[in-house]
Amino acid sequence: MLAFVLRRLAQALFVIAAMLVIVFFGVNVVGDPIYMLISPEMDQQQIAETARALGLDRPIWEQFLIFLKNAVQGDLGRSFVHGESAIKLILHRMPATLELAFVALFMAILIGLPLGLYAGLKPESRISRLIMAISILGFSLPTFWVGLMLILTFAVSLGWLPATGRGPTVSILGIDTSLLSLKGWQHVALPALNLALLKISLVIRLARAGAREAALMDYVKFARAKGLSQSRIIGVHILKNIMIPIVTVLGLEFGSLVAFSVVTETIFAWPGMGRLLLEAITRLDRPVIVAYVMVVVVLFVTINLLVDLIYSALDPRVRLTEATS
Amino acid sequence: MSEATLPTAAAAPPVEAKEETPFRRFARSFFEDRLATFGLGLFVLIVLLALAAPLIAPQNPYDLASVDVMDSRLPPGDVAGEGFTMWLGSDGVGRDLLSGILYGLRISLMVGAFSGILAAGVGMAIGLIAAYSGGRTENIIMRIVDLQLSLPSVLVALILVAGLGKGVDKIIIALVMVQWAYYARTVRGSALVERRKEYVEAAQSLGLSHARTVFRHILPNCLAPVIVIVTVQTAHAISLEATLSFLGVGLPQTEPSLGVLIANGFQYMLSGKYWISVFPGIALLLTIVSINLVGDRLRDVLNPRLEK
Repeated sequence: MLAFVLRRLAQALFVIAAMLVIVFFGVNVVGDPIYMLISPEMDQQQIAETARALGLDRPIWEQFLIFLKNAVQGDLGRSFVHGESAIKLILHRMPATLELAFVALFMAILIGLPLGLYAGLKPESRISRLIMAISILGFSLPTFWVGLMLILTFAVSLGWLPATGRGPTVSILGIDTSLLSLKGWQHVALPALNLALLKISLVIRLARAGAREAALMDYVKFARAKGLSQSRIIGVHILKNIMIPIVTVLGLEFGSLVAFSVVTETIFAWPGMGRLLLEAITRLDRPVIVAYVMVVVVLFVTINLLVDLIYSALDPRVRLTEATS
Repeated sequence: MSEATLPTAAAAPPVEAKEETPFRRFARSFFEDRLATFGLGLFVLIVLLALAAPLIAPQNPYDLASVDVMDSRLPPGDVAGEGFTMWLGSDGVGRDLLSGILYGLRISLMVGAFSGILAAGVGMAIGLIAAYSGGRTENIIMRIVDLQLSLPSVLVALILVAGLGKGVDKIIIALVMVQWAYYARTVRGSALVERRKEYVEAAQSLGLSHARTVFRHILPNCLAPVIVIVTVQTAHAISLEATLSFLGVGLPQTEPSLGVLIANGFQYMLSGKYWISVFPGIALLLTIVSINLVGDRLRDVLNPRLEK
C-alpha cells in the first residue's frame, strides 16, 4: 500500500511540475505585456525602467529560473496590474468560486437525482422521455447561452432574482459567505443553476442507468417479496446502491465546475477567481494567469489522487494490477 | 471524406443477397429516425443559408456605407432608413441582425469545420502511430492524451488563447489542440483491435511499407467511430468558439461570428432589448442541436453491436 501511495504521489508531483513548465513558457511566448502597462507619455528610458522593475528585460530562461525559485517557496510572482502577489489575489477570490461550485454541486444532486430515478423506473412514460430530452439539451446547449436566457427570464422579464453580483456576505471564521442570508441565496441562485446545468444532465443519465439496472436485481425483488413499500424500496434500497458511482463521478467533476465557473462568473459578474482569470487574459497579466492555472491543476491533481487512493483502499485489485503491469 | 468511408463501415456484417449497396442500407437505416432526418435537413438548410449569405442577406454588414447609425437598436419588424424591413431588428450600431446572423454563421461554421477536420487528421495520425508502434512511444503519447482529457476543454482553450492571441487562425489552432486527444484515444482503441487481424498480417507479409499498412489498411477500418466523433466535436468546436468569443478572448470584432454578435448584444439585454443577443443565440443553438441530432443517429447506425 505504501509503495502505491508513494508512486501515486510522485506521479502527481510530476504532473504539477510538468504543467508549471508548460504554462510558464506557453504564457510567456506571446505579446509584450509592457505595452499594456505603460502610459503613452512615457519615454524610452521610463519604459526600460518599468521593464527592469518587473524583470521583463532578462532572457526568458533567466526569468524561468527566478520564477521556479520563487514557485518552490509558494510565490508565483506579482500581478503586473494589481501589484500584489498573484497567488494571494487568486486565493482571495477563491471562496466565492468554491461557494458557487458547491451550491451548483448540491443543485445537481437535488434536481438530477429524482428526475433520473423517475426516468429509470418508468422508462416508457411520457414524462421520462421529456426528462431525457431535457438532459440531451443540457449537454448540447452552451453554458453562456443558458446563462443569458436565465438572466433574461428571471431577472429582466420576471424580475424575481438579481442578475449580477454576489450580494451581502457574512464572515464566519474568516471566510465570507453569502449563504447565510436570503438576499445572498437570491444572488447565488441563478449563477449556481447555470453552472449546475451540465452536471444535472450528467446526474440524470447516471441515475437513470443505475436505477434501470438496480430495479432488476434480486435484492429489489426480495424487498418487494418482504412486502416493503415502494417508497422504501426506492428511497433506501435502490438509492443507496446507485449513489456510489454518482458521488464518485461528481467528486471528479468538481474540478471542472471550478473551471467552468470562468464563463458563469463573467456573465453574472460573480467576484470569483474565474473572472480574475479572464481579466488577466485580456490584460496580459501573466503572473495571475500562471497562478490561476497552477491553483486549478493542484486542485485537479489532489482530487484525482484522493479518488485513486480511496479506490485502492476499497478495492485492492486496483493496486495489485498496477504492481504487476 | 465520408462518402468513401461509409461503405466499409456499414459492410462489417455480411451483406444480404439483395441488391442493396452498403451505402443505401446505411442511408435507409439513418432516415428511419424522423428526428435525425429533421436534424440533417435543418443542418443542410443552415449550411445553404450561410453559403448564400451574400445573395440573400438584405444588407452587407461589412459594408460601412450601407449601415446607418440612425437605425441602431430597432426592434424586430421595423423598417430601416434604406427601406427594407429588419425582421429581426438591428444591433447597437445599426446593422441588420438577420444579415449579421447569416454572415456570422459563415464564420462559425467555417471555424467549426476547419478545426473539426484538422483535429481529426492530427488526432488520427497520432493515435495510429501510438497503436502501431506500441511500447514506450505509445505509453508517452497516451499519458499526454490522458492528461489533456482530464482537464476541462474550456480551461485548456482559455489558456491557449491567452498564449496565442485573437484571430481566426489562432482560434482554430487552439480548438485543434483541445480536440485532437479525443480522436487519438478513439483511433488507438480501434487500431489496437484491427492490428491483430489477419489482413494486417497479410499486408505485412506482402512487404508493404509501414506507412501503407497503417494508412491504407488499418485506418479505413477504424473510421466508423471517428465519423461520429467528428460530428459531435464539430458541434463542440462551434460552441467553444462562441463561448470564447462571447468572453471577449476569441474572434475579434472584425470577424463577427455568432458568439461575437451575442456578446455585442449582452450589454443591451438588461435594458430589455433582448433581440440583439437572443436571435444570434437561437441560430447558434439550432446549428449545434442539428449537428448533435445527426451525430446521435450516426452513433446508433454505425455501431455494429446494436444492429439486428
